[in-house]
Amino acid sequence: MEKKYWQNFGELNQSEAFLQTTEKEFKEELLPLEDLDDKGILDARTPRRDFLKYLGFSTVAATLAASCEMPVHHVVPYLQKPDNITPGVANYYASTCINEGDVISVIVKQRDGRPIKIEGNDKSSITKGGTSALVQASVLDLYDTTRLRYPMQKVGADFKEVTTFEAFDKMIADAMSGLGGKPVVLLSSTINSPTTLQIIAEFLAKNTGSRHVQYDAVSYSGMLLANEACYGKRAIPSYHFDNAKVIVSIGADFLGTWLSPVEFAYQYAQNRRITGEHPAMSRHIHFESSLSLTGSNADDRYIHRPSEKAAVALALLAKLGGTVTAPAISDDALNKGIEAAAAALNASKGAALVVCGSNDVNLQIIVNAINEAIGANGKTINWAVSSNYRAGIDADMNKLVADMNAGAVGALLIYASNPAYTYYDSKKFIDGLSKVPVTVSFNATMNETTELCKYSIPAHHWLESWGDAEPKTGYISLVQPTINPLFKTRAFQTSLLKLTGNVLEYETYFKNYWVAKSGTQDAYDTALQNGIIEPAAMPAGSGTFNNAGVTAAASKIAAVKAAGNYELVIYQKISMGNGSQANNPWLQELPDPISKVTWDNYALMCPALAKEIIGIDIVNNQRDGVSYEVHPQKPTVTITVNGIAIELPVLIIPGVHPKVVAVALGYGRQSADKDKTAEHIGRSANGAGKNAYPWVRFDGTGFRYSSPAEISKAGNMYLLAQTQVHGSSESRPILFEGSLKKYIADPEHVLEEATKEREALIAASDGKNFVTDATIYPDYIRPGIKWGMSIDLNTCTGCSACVVACTAENNVSVVGKIQVSRYHEMHWLRIDRYFTGDINNPDVVFQPMLCQHCDNAPCENVCPVAATNHSSEGLNQMTYNRCIGTRYCANNCPFKVRRFNWLDFTGADSFPDNQIPMVEEGYMNESVLQMNDNLTRMVLNPDVTVRSRGVIEKCSFCVQRLQDSKLDAKKAGDPSLVRNVKTACMQACPTNAISFGNVNDKESDVYKIRHVEQKHRNFYVLEQLHVLPNVSYLAKIKNTDRNVTNEKEEHMEGGVKEEKTHA
Amino acid sequence: MSPNRKIFNKTLATFLFIALVSFTNTSFAIDGEALFKANCANCHKPLEDFTGPALQGARKREPDPEWAYRWVNNVNSMLETDPYAKAMLAKHGSRMTQFNLKREEIAAILDYADKYTAPVVAAKNDPNAAPEEDNSLLFGILTLILAVIALTLLQVNSSLRKLSDEKEGIYRSEPVPFYRNKSYLMICILVLFCIGGYFYVSANMGLGRMKGYQPEQPIYYSHKVHAGTNQISCLYCHGGAQDSKHANVPSVTTCMNCHMGIKEYKGEAIFRENGLQVNGTAEIQKLYSYAGWNPETKKYDKPGKPIEWIKIHNLPDHVYFNHSQHVKVGKQNCQTCHGNIQEMPEVYQFAELSMGWCINCHRETKVDFYNTATGEGNKFYSIYEKFHNDIKAGKMDSVTVEKIGGTECQRCHY
Repeated sequence: MEKKYWQNFGELNQSEAFLQTTEKEFKEELLPLEDLDDKGILDARTPRRDFLKYLGFSTVAATLAASCEMPVHHVVPYLQKPDNITPGVANYYASTCINEGDVISVIVKQRDGRPIKIEGNDKSSITKGGTSALVQASVLDLYDTTRLRYPMQKVGADFKEVTTFEAFDKMIADAMSGLGGKPVVLLSSTINSPTTLQIIAEFLAKNTGSRHVQYDAVSYSGMLLANEACYGKRAIPSYHFDNAKVIVSIGADFLGTWLSPVEFAYQYAQNRRITGEHPAMSRHIHFESSLSLTGSNADDRYIHRPSEKAAVALALLAKLGGTVTAPAISDDALNKGIEAAAAALNASKGAALVVCGSNDVNLQIIVNAINEAIGANGKTINWAVSSNYRAGIDADMNKLVADMNAGAVGALLIYASNPAYTYYDSKKFIDGLSKVPVTVSFNATMNETTELCKYSIPAHHWLESWGDAEPKTGYISLVQPTINPLFKTRAFQTSLLKLTGNVLEYETYFKNYWVAKSGTQDAYDTALQNGIIEPAAMPAGSGTFNNAGVTAAASKIAAVKAAGNYELVIYQKISMGNGSQANNPWLQELPDPISKVTWDNYALMCPALAKEIIGIDIVNNQRDGVSYEVHPQKPTVTITVNGIAIELPVLIIPGVHPKVVAVALGYGRQSADKDKTAEHIGRSANGAGKNAYPWVRFDGTGFRYSSPAEISKAGNMYLLAQTQVHGSSESRPILFEGSLKKYIADPEHVLEEATKEREALIAASDGKNFVTDATIYPDYIRPGIKWGMSIDLNTCTGCSACVVACTAENNVSVVGKIQVSRYHEMHWLRIDRYFTGDINNPDVVFQPMLCQHCDNAPCENVCPVAATNHSSEGLNQMTYNRCIGTRYCANNCPFKVRRFNWLDFTGADSFPDNQIPMVEEGYMNESVLQMNDNLTRMVLNPDVTVRSRGVIEKCSFCVQRLQDSKLDAKKAGDPSLVRNVKTACMQACPTNAISFGNVNDKESDVYKIRHVEQKHRNFYVLEQLHVLPNVSYLAKIKNTDRNVTNEKEEHMEGGVKEEKTHA
Repeated sequence: MSPNRKIFNKTLATFLFIALVSFTNTSFAIDGEALFKANCANCHKPLEDFTGPALQGARKREPDPEWAYRWVNNVNSMLETDPYAKAMLAKHGSRMTQFNLKREEIAAILDYADKYTAPVVAAKNDPNAAPEEDNSLLFGILTLILAVIALTLLQVNSSLRKLSDEKEGIYRSEPVPFYRNKSYLMICILVLFCIGGYFYVSANMGLGRMKGYQPEQPIYYSHKVHAGTNQISCLYCHGGAQDSKHANVPSVTTCMNCHMGIKEYKGEAIFRENGLQVNGTAEIQKLYSYAGWNPETKKYDKPGKPIEWIKIHNLPDHVYFNHSQHVKVGKQNCQTCHGNIQEMPEVYQFAELSMGWCINCHRETKVDFYNTATGEGNKFYSIYEKFHNDIKAGKMDSVTVEKIGGTECQRCHY
């Protein structure tokens, strides 16, 4: 069979080692029996002693387990039961997840007084109920053991607790009264909360000469300034990807990390979903240097050097009728891409959008000019409502740092910002900080910046606070607390009010403000309940474009030339963002959708560059490929930018420009005293990756996230825990793709191969019905409910919010880097990433893979104790208390979705102390202990069993939610309540790619998708095995003129040949 | 009998029947007893003062016969103005909850209270309920005797055969004594193995099962006094059983709703298992100390603390059990699983709470299937079309919980 989809180079080449690794589901020996191997116990090195050891152990274990007395459990009711809490019943509160300018409206699930799960708020017209991995994981940050627990003052080198807030306030007030006229500066990340901004304004008014500096770890200053130059407003407009028929992105990762990815992903999906009789979808053309999440979703993707970004934009503008001259581009493919993009944009004027991820003012001015030329202004770009996610101006921050160093700052108040880590010249910032007489940190954790401040008064976590945010002008999202503050912390706003001399607590201030705004108490209550205050319809409007700066901007950026042979791109990962949540084990363990690496950042490069630098020819030389891919130890390179050298492991991924190396931000968190990192910043952040912020440079107007670089082989090896190919489909035809043009011409074509296979099976079994006749197994009826899921590969962007949501909902354990590298990750749901096509610039397909709940499940037949069996509702049930850990089921699963608890990851075993020795011996990471802290365990979902060592687990279709919905339906006597139940993954999805429900109900979404609306794209993975999955997928359709992999070019020789061999 | 007379009789009968039916529908529609139990019984008794005054003869005691009808629906305002209401508050110490009841309903309740007579305590020694004789000893002795006889007969048989063989000249070796006979030994070992195995297995299966568990609680709380004698509805304290997976132990303030007024125990003497008498009033004092309540000043003047009850009914962590599913949807009585709790002075674990016990019930219990003809039953089950058709076709007469998947693993384990 022709090779079509591949996950790594071994699979592409079908190397021997790859084939060998795929043969075994579990790759290792039993843990404590290392010297036993396959030899019998008598042939082991120490047979007698081993025998006695195991005999003794089993005797003692059996005695312990059997003779345990029943523990006495207590039940402690409330002294006075709160009216709105019924123990055992979850409450849901609308709130808002705010993180350094990012705003997502959410619903918080609170069980017995503890927030345990974040869900999207459907009422928000911005996010429409979508969330991201970062938002899903933020509930775990509430229970972070490194959160600061009380206000502190630095005495000598250490912090000492300040016992009361009053004493602290007085201390700060006294310190600030003796500044001698030097200004007070408030440094924060972008604040878009109306009340906070008002409190800040009051504070600034009280302190003459003071100012507020907003500083974003990853800057959008270029856009803000460009818009000021072009439209007279230092703001970012609202983008409408849903109105765009053609989307061109020049390095903007708008589905992953750019500006407001949840909002954009929802909009983007509106035009990517294929519905109705006349299928249509938007066309997405992407230019970039590395391989981003957005780029991998594009219909056509072109790669260029980072320094050519300006040339691409200028060429595009020139082709669209702009009076600029673009520098020549030597790359033919790129030229063709620009040509194609210009043609597509020209053809859809008024329904097209160009976005650019650069922080260069001039480049953004050119992009504005392009958007003017294609009529985007007022159509896909709305100037009536501006986006307030980012407001930091780079020059302001640089001036502040200069002032600090000059001794011109009296007091520095730092809130929700960590410049000692994120600022490009952190040394200068730290030096400056030491020259400021009064430094106060309001950060919630002992991060790199808080450590250096003289006073620390930690703010609440957002789940403990009142608050508000205005992500878009006129669109308010409210925050309400869902738990009493766990520690002696205080709202930043209250602290500021006290410093202003206002006696009000922020809680009261906030209430007064919003009751007055909303008119009545009732209106305020309703707003809190909904979580949002929004206008009925979004105002629309265009900006007045001033093209005076375009020519100057064009000549400035055209003059920039690449200075070196290699270039570095600094980017953000969807799992780590800017690094503020680096101590979150769920995020650290979330595989990056592109590289599938957990717990680290790395030097991302393409095979050609790897060959050049480290001499590994992964494509052509099988031996190299094998030694690189099979071992989790990866060779390292030293990357030097501006004299700063950092050593990083190499990760070879196709699709990166051959002269480019890409490194992610957000890693390498480190305390001033390196040994304190685990204690201050956290056990999970400790040792994860290297810090790439020092490579950011300031070019006079703004921060630059790409630079000329020198790369050399370092010669060391470094362990990278990568999850892809842990579950290999072994090149079986696992997904289907087609192009829009062919799909319109012949909708049946895309699934032709699957249909043929099915028909062959029916014919061979001389029956008529595939389900009942093409098998030796009997057909069981499902009289009531039959659960089913449908996943649309067209709208799945690979953002991985579902993976974290699943982890949170189902108490999935964190196993740590070492265990991931041993193939022991526990995720019930993974995003498989497949490459296909051109090895230099491949197409990428993401496929969420979870238990398929097969009706003829191969895992069920092989279980010797019937621990896994089938329910009458179509669920493949896993019963942990019956499982004896033979792992036969996992071996027999064609989808590789079953997970085995190799170690005691949760501390649920009855044998105490079987984690710490594992950590000490290097089998386990400390992050596992972090997850098992009593504080952290408060995040566990009490409706889901915490699994212990030695049992298999896997996706349960969120059976606790299904049972709950059935109970509600029975109580109400209304079967329609089980029609469309939401699983955790479905709830989290920003693009609604997942549908779930009762397939027996013809009104259900899943039934309609499978049998009515999408029947031409509906396929089951590996249908020919006749395992009858209950998860169906919709084939991916790309809007491109190229041939998509499943389509055979009729006139191609290979194609003809293959047809012949088939016949 | 003339046909006319027949028709007359039939018409009369029909008329009488209809009259009877409509009579019950109108006059007896308001069931005073049910209303009393639902609304009043938590604080009032018909014959004696409880949290509130006895209801019998209330209308006669009160300033005017209409007073009660005004009072029930206007408690809050009348407590401010009405002198009689104020006097009653001073006497009993707790405010009555304001209701919204119709005049007829109030009348029905008071009529019920007026007519109420104390139930005659049932004779304790019911002759029909003679204790079952235990026959196992008899069977054991019989089995033993039979076994000895069988053994002797076998011995006799082998001796006789030996004799007859010797007569015929066939030589046989000396018989081994029965205790060295290999077949006997084998049988013995097998029997012992089976008996031992049975005890071993059942002992192992019993690990973690706590039937009969009756720990001593921090306060001697008698369900017999509360749910039995005083007829307090289970759901008054364990309201969670209707809405939540947990039935919930009531908060201290829930106890205080009644015990603000009830300061001492005046009922029948209560005895512990060991025969010691329980001082009910002292136990109420314990409650006050937990609540921080001062019965003299009638104020919470000390900090309260929650009561650490000992949990009796424990399920393993891997079992999901939801009370509301069983109480609200399944319409099960509390007693099905908890036994006659209204007769337990101190609660003990009545049922085994083992998986087999759960499954048995799921196999036998019938689901409240929706009946399209009568409109009875839970409409949710209308989705089981196949079963409905089977019932119609007479293939099955009812659907058990097992039939709709009630014995599948993931109904309780997830």
